[in-house]
Amino acid sequence: MAWVWFHRFGSPPYFYRVAGRLTPWFAWPALVLCLAGLVWGLGFTPPEWHQGDGFRILYIHVPAAWLSVQVYVVMALAAAVGLIWRMKVAHAVAASCATLGASFTVITLGTGMLWGKPMWGTFWAWDPRLTSELLLLFLYLGYIGLRSGFDDTARADRASAVLAIVGVVDVPIVNYSVVWWNSLHQGPSIIRAGGPAIAVPMLIPLLLMIVGFYCYFAAVLLVRVRGEILRRERNAQWIAEELAAPGAGVGSGGGSGAIAGTFQGASVPNSPAGHARI
Amino acid sequence: MNARQEQVNAPAVERQPANDGLARAVVGLARRDLRVALRRSGDTLQPLGFFLIVTTLFPLALQPEVSLLRDIAPAALWVGALLASLLALDLLFREDAQDGTLEQLALCGQPLASLVLAKTAVHWLLTGLPLVVVAPLAAMALGVPAAALPAVLAALVLGSVTLSLIGAVGAGLTMGMRRNGSLLAMLVLPLVVPVLIFGARATAFAIGGEAVAAPLYLLGAMAVLAVTLAPFAVAAAVRIGLE
Repeated sequence: MAWVWFHRFGSPPYFYRVAGRLTPWFAWPALVLCLAGLVWGLGFTPPEWHQGDGFRILYIHVPAAWLSVQVYVVMALAAAVGLIWRMKVAHAVAASCATLGASFTVITLGTGMLWGKPMWGTFWAWDPRLTSELLLLFLYLGYIGLRSGFDDTARADRASAVLAIVGVVDVPIVNYSVVWWNSLHQGPSIIRAGGPAIAVPMLIPLLLMIVGFYCYFAAVLLVRVRGEILRRERNAQWIAEELAAPGAGVGSGGGSGAIAGTFQGASVPNSPAGHARI
Repeated sequence: MNARQEQVNAPAVERQPANDGLARAVVGLARRDLRVALRRSGDTLQPLGFFLIVTTLFPLALQPEVSLLRDIAPAALWVGALLASLLALDLLFREDAQDGTLEQLALCGQPLASLVLAKTAVHWLLTGLPLVVVAPLAAMALGVPAAALPAVLAALVLGSVTLSLIGAVGAGLTMGMRRNGSLLAMLVLPLVVPVLIFGARATAFAIGGEAVAAPLYLLGAMAVLAVTLAPFAVAAAVRIGLE
């Protein structure tokens, strides 16, 4: 009985409606928290002693770096759920995670390079964390490449799920091997034994940014999963009903009517009736 | 004749414990794979030639000074081994998927993970082991001292096992695609980075006369992990590829 909620999430119409209702609950906090964190971090936090104002890039770099790894874990978990319980929605979540995680990885690498130039004197150093982040990007690209190699969505789902699970077993090994290989990056400074090694005025905006990034990730993921569900279920009856009734569970007011209109317009040529007429 | 044979066979099959069928299937599959590969030895030897050519390219691109070659020898050997094993992966499932053999294996009632492990073991015997055998040649050409060879070969044995198994996952996943060469490389290469790092490190330690135990242990641990876990992923990948 306790698993009923879990199976309900496996139903695309239910997930589609719940995701639509939840999106603003993540999108607004994301906006508020990121704005507050940015203004505080860029405007009010004192400059760091060694690095001057250069350290401020950390307010983007650190949240993006955390998410780049954690999105991979979310993706692998969703893929495993999809593979084990054959839930289409879970596969849609995994598929939506891939490009998001890859973009967080790119942001991490980009800001890291910009930060590295003034601090280490070079854009790129073969430092373990940079290297493992780069390898993570390759893993994401491999996942995306594998998905696009299949025409059939169901096969792409399962094949990429196997890859994501193999990857999540391998990622810690890759990370440790790279750490033992070479080291230049500063050690972890927020989560470590003995409390954070970062001054409180710098830490608070950073935490705001991190929570803001999580909310942003959740909001964008929900929007992307809804798009993915629409794409996958485009021939399903419930979509036509859902989009025909603006505001019925969609939860975004006037905008949904316009969206429904476009989708209905687009779906007519695909419908059997349309083909029959041609 | 047929009836008599059935009479002879039927009780024998019944009396056999359940595991015996699996052992027979694994041995039979391994022998069949070996025979097929040996009759087509040209295909099997290609990755080997590729390995020798790649390692030859390094001295040509650099200056043939022994001290310089000795420095790059670990990198040349391991990048060569990695690329050769990647090239060899095409032999693993491609033919059997096309002629329906894999489908029969998946349907035969024995656990597919054990069967693909047997296939991968034979694949390693045919592509990994020969690479280890010719590696001293390439290593000597790169100025690796003879005293370092045992450690270099041990590292290659352990590393190539892991390469074959992780590669088998990628080969299974890309089995059904028409042009999969670069995609296979993209899937497999990030996953085998640890093998590259510790293999090259063991080789460098051996050349420098340092203790090689630590990287060898790590390579061994990865090989054990790959032998125990990878077959399940390969089996899952093959099943998806067969749909």
